[in-house]
Amino acid sequence: MSAPPKEANVVVIGAGIVGNCMAYQLALHGWKDIVLLDKGPLPNPGGSTGHASNFIFLVDHSKEMTDFTLDSVRQYEELGVFTRSGGIEVARTTERVQELKRRLASSRSWGIESELLSPDQVKELVPYVAADVILGGFHTPGVGVVDSLRAGTLMREKAQELGALTVVAGTEIVGIDVDGGHARGVRTREGDIRAETVVIACGIWSPRIARMAGASIPLTPAVHQMISVGPVPLFATTVGEIEYPIVRDMDTNMYERQHGGDLEVGSYAHRPILLDPDEIPSIEEAALSPTELPFTQEDFDLQMEQALELVPDILGDERVGIRYAINGLLSLTPDGAPILGETPEVKGLWSAAAIWIKEAPGIARTVAEWMTDGTPEIDPHGSDIARFYDHQRTAAHVRSRSAEGFNKTYGIVHPMEQWSSNRDVRLSPFNARERELGAVFFEAAGWERPYWYGSNEELLGEFGERVMPRDGEWESRWWSPVINAEHLAMRDHAGLVDLSAFTIFDVTGPGAPAFLQRVAVAQMDVPVGRVVYTSLLNAAGGIRADLTIMRLRPDAFRVVTGGHSGMVDRKWLIDHLPADGSAQLHDATSAWCTVGVWGPRARDVVGSVTDDDVSNEGFPFATCRPVTLGTVRALASRISYVGELGWEIYAPIEQGARLWDLLWEAGRPHGLVPVGIGAYAVTGRLEKSYRAHGNELDLEHDLVEAGMARPSVKDEDFVGRDAYLKQRSQEPIRRLCTLTVDDPTSSTGVKRYMMGREPIITGDGAPVLDAKGRRSYVTSAGSGPSLGAHLLMSYLPSEIATPGRKLAVEYFGERYPVTVAVAGSTPVFDPENARMKG
Amino acid sequence: MEVVVCVKRVPATAGKITLTEDEVDTKFLSFAVSPHEECAVEEAVRLVEAHGGSSTVLTLGPAEAADQLRDALAMGIGEAVLLETDGTEWDAVATARAISDAVSARREQGRGLDLLLFGNESADTGDFQVGVRVAHALDLPCVTGVKALQIADGRAVAKRQVGSGWEVFEVDLPAVLTIKEGINLPRYPSVPGRLRAKKKEIERIVPERRPAGPERLRLHLPPEQERGVQILGTGPEAAPKVVEILREIGVMAQ
Repeated sequence: MSAPPKEANVVVIGAGIVGNCMAYQLALHGWKDIVLLDKGPLPNPGGSTGHASNFIFLVDHSKEMTDFTLDSVRQYEELGVFTRSGGIEVARTTERVQELKRRLASSRSWGIESELLSPDQVKELVPYVAADVILGGFHTPGVGVVDSLRAGTLMREKAQELGALTVVAGTEIVGIDVDGGHARGVRTREGDIRAETVVIACGIWSPRIARMAGASIPLTPAVHQMISVGPVPLFATTVGEIEYPIVRDMDTNMYERQHGGDLEVGSYAHRPILLDPDEIPSIEEAALSPTELPFTQEDFDLQMEQALELVPDILGDERVGIRYAINGLLSLTPDGAPILGETPEVKGLWSAAAIWIKEAPGIARTVAEWMTDGTPEIDPHGSDIARFYDHQRTAAHVRSRSAEGFNKTYGIVHPMEQWSSNRDVRLSPFNARERELGAVFFEAAGWERPYWYGSNEELLGEFGERVMPRDGEWESRWWSPVINAEHLAMRDHAGLVDLSAFTIFDVTGPGAPAFLQRVAVAQMDVPVGRVVYTSLLNAAGGIRADLTIMRLRPDAFRVVTGGHSGMVDRKWLIDHLPADGSAQLHDATSAWCTVGVWGPRARDVVGSVTDDDVSNEGFPFATCRPVTLGTVRALASRISYVGELGWEIYAPIEQGARLWDLLWEAGRPHGLVPVGIGAYAVTGRLEKSYRAHGNELDLEHDLVEAGMARPSVKDEDFVGRDAYLKQRSQEPIRRLCTLTVDDPTSSTGVKRYMMGREPIITGDGAPVLDAKGRRSYVTSAGSGPSLGAHLLMSYLPSEIATPGRKLAVEYFGERYPVTVAVAGSTPVFDPENARMKG
Repeated sequence: MEVVVCVKRVPATAGKITLTEDEVDTKFLSFAVSPHEECAVEEAVRLVEAHGGSSTVLTLGPAEAADQLRDALAMGIGEAVLLETDGTEWDAVATARAISDAVSARREQGRGLDLLLFGNESADTGDFQVGVRVAHALDLPCVTGVKALQIADGRAVAKRQVGSGWEVFEVDLPAVLTIKEGINLPRYPSVPGRLRAKKKEIERIVPERRPAGPERLRLHLPPEQERGVQILGTGPEAAPKVVEILREIGVMAQ
């Protein structure tokens, strides 16, 4: 420990598990003059690391989080601080038994050894569990515990051995210097440090520290209650920390974990108890530590009874006392994911926050790679700090969503499950009309988007079994056969789709063409009025974004991207803007509403309300131009994500209702129906084998694997070009395929439909692995009503990525036969794209 | 053996204390009873375990003091009485009068009393008064600072530590004893104990306030003590200085 130096290459603030991992990983990645600061003492400065229960369960439904965790375990094992104990998630309800089958499927998708156990088998491994209160268990032998304080110490030492690290403890940050939008250093009580790079790894204090620089890290401190009981007679002979598998009592949101002679019982079941980051006690004020607040017994009473039911032999023993009980503080975020990456507000200021012990080393490696050359191996897009919209950074949003998410920590969370708090934040001008039509709204980036329309229920009779009705309860949740009816009606006639959740950027200025040429894979030197669908790559050739760009004027382009990735794409684009100011980016999302009109009758509909030429010759595919629809001057773009003839129409937001009414009236005689996002983003897309960013497209896949490599590569340089050329020069070891489910009938005669993330296996149940050992899993799944088949997308090893190849998919513990329909990007529906280009 | 043990709810002050205008700021504090009182509770539980009978925990304080009663119930005390105040500070005289009243009333109802236990002093005001005043009011013998206790044949043998020896008192029961930390090692409550405590009824009595002693006007914090760390040296060279200091503070013979 020492006084702060005057200068550093990077200052890491916070010496909990995250800060220690960051300092170590930066040192491994060649950084020198790293300073690690904390206001508290070492090795336990008083943050959440100091009271963490330190166990690591491996399986999460999110691949990103699982990858972080697996990498973390590898690192902890290398340091010799990981003790394998095994872990069992137990089920008390039949719903949970089903969920455990889903957990098993996820473990197979991500390549983790695990198995389902009967109650007696659970008891064999954990003799103190009451087998009669459970229905089964999900056992992962690779689960274990880690000494996170020791890990931190070892990592600091290793970074110091590399001659890269100065550790400064007991030194409080009082400010962060920012100049010209860039971090320039930190101010401490013991002196200032000049540094162009600053990492905030301050856990629950992160919002406070970020605010010093004018940046925001939208998390909230929240209470997690934990008690420790002992001495447990059964544990008297245990050598070391743990002998019995950790038990997660999923249905009561609790865990029971041996810790030497004690049993720790923790809960995520109590009411959400959130604190303001400014309400955290100081080190001096805190009785134990700032993150170990006084236990509130009444919040734990029910949990104690429930824990007693599961573990009566230990907790019912009068000799076993409650020796420690805390309201421990941890970080919650509005969407449950960590907050990683460079802040959009301040260059050089990085966040590594809302991270648990189980994932800290893997995340630190990822962030260090990102900081070093911008090419992390694990794609952190779900955790990118840039993902938040302004409204998602407000205290009200953070509190309401974090509170809602807290009790889902061990919950059975449906992949389509919607948030109930803080809704109706962003409403399109069509919203009133949509409500009249009985729209069922799902949220995207704060926008309320109709997922289907109640008014279309009348179509169900018309299409009968073609809507592929679902009898499985799970896949019927957050779903309606009306989605498929809308799909069919659109393919038969025409559909009207609210696309106002698009994020729209206008890029202008004399440097705009060169700027976009430099970030886009596609040729951007196109005539005015062309629409270009393109990927953006990072330097390693990973897929950073997937969007469309319209050339409106010689020096003006409109970039349209999805709401989910809008803010991340915005930061990427801004970061690459020319330094000379010759191109500007303006976020025009709040200026334009968007409606899609698609289907064989779309030309009739649009043609009836405009005098402009909308013929195929007059308005060819992949072009855009201003059109006048009644009194509305709009921009129309002839592209489609559903494979039909038609346009995206962009209008001033205040004229949106007028535009909707105009198209609605004009469309009715042609059979136009309102179509929700369920048909737009799932069924229509999958039938056309269109890829979605975040599902098929991410940094871990390349354009060749995705089947999106174009016939030639433009001569102009662009980000990722070298890597892309290299990718093209080799045969891909995996290829993205579209598969059809041959027979969705389960053993009990129910038709079951996969939702995505399920493992692809061989007909006899063996995992499908590519040459690098990566498993194949379903990246997207949904109905193909026009094909009469359930559709799946998956990256398959190239040697089996051939049409007609028979495989299987595992769903709720059963195996369903599937066939590769298409390898590559040829659509399964209308492979010639005749409908769209007609 | 009928035992009543009295406790007082106080802020648990392991951290730095801050004051609001006229109170201790308890925003970050939990509440507890003094270590002496914890030992008195443990002693009461053990006495009933050894001799049979029943135990009662009693406190005078705000409604929230029920938490401290439940803590005692969780350790094995049988019943609980709350002399519920509106949260204002009661001086030692008023407190002693209210407790005397309550204990007398119990005896008039025919409830037995063999031992009335207090902590040696409360953790916050440290008056050392309430136990003695209650004994006087009830005309019962009183031994303070008790660190060892035996009960036999209707008499209590209570010991106080004096220097390196013991003072031994024999008193008839019923008697009042103020217990000092060290008499026992209090148990941690078990989970079943906690659950039983949660379900128990607490008898609530509104006491009459008759203040007569000194009253608290305001609180102020004493000047902060210097918490200087002195490094005596490193390696074997530091040893003589360490020995010197150990002698100075009396943990090593001169």
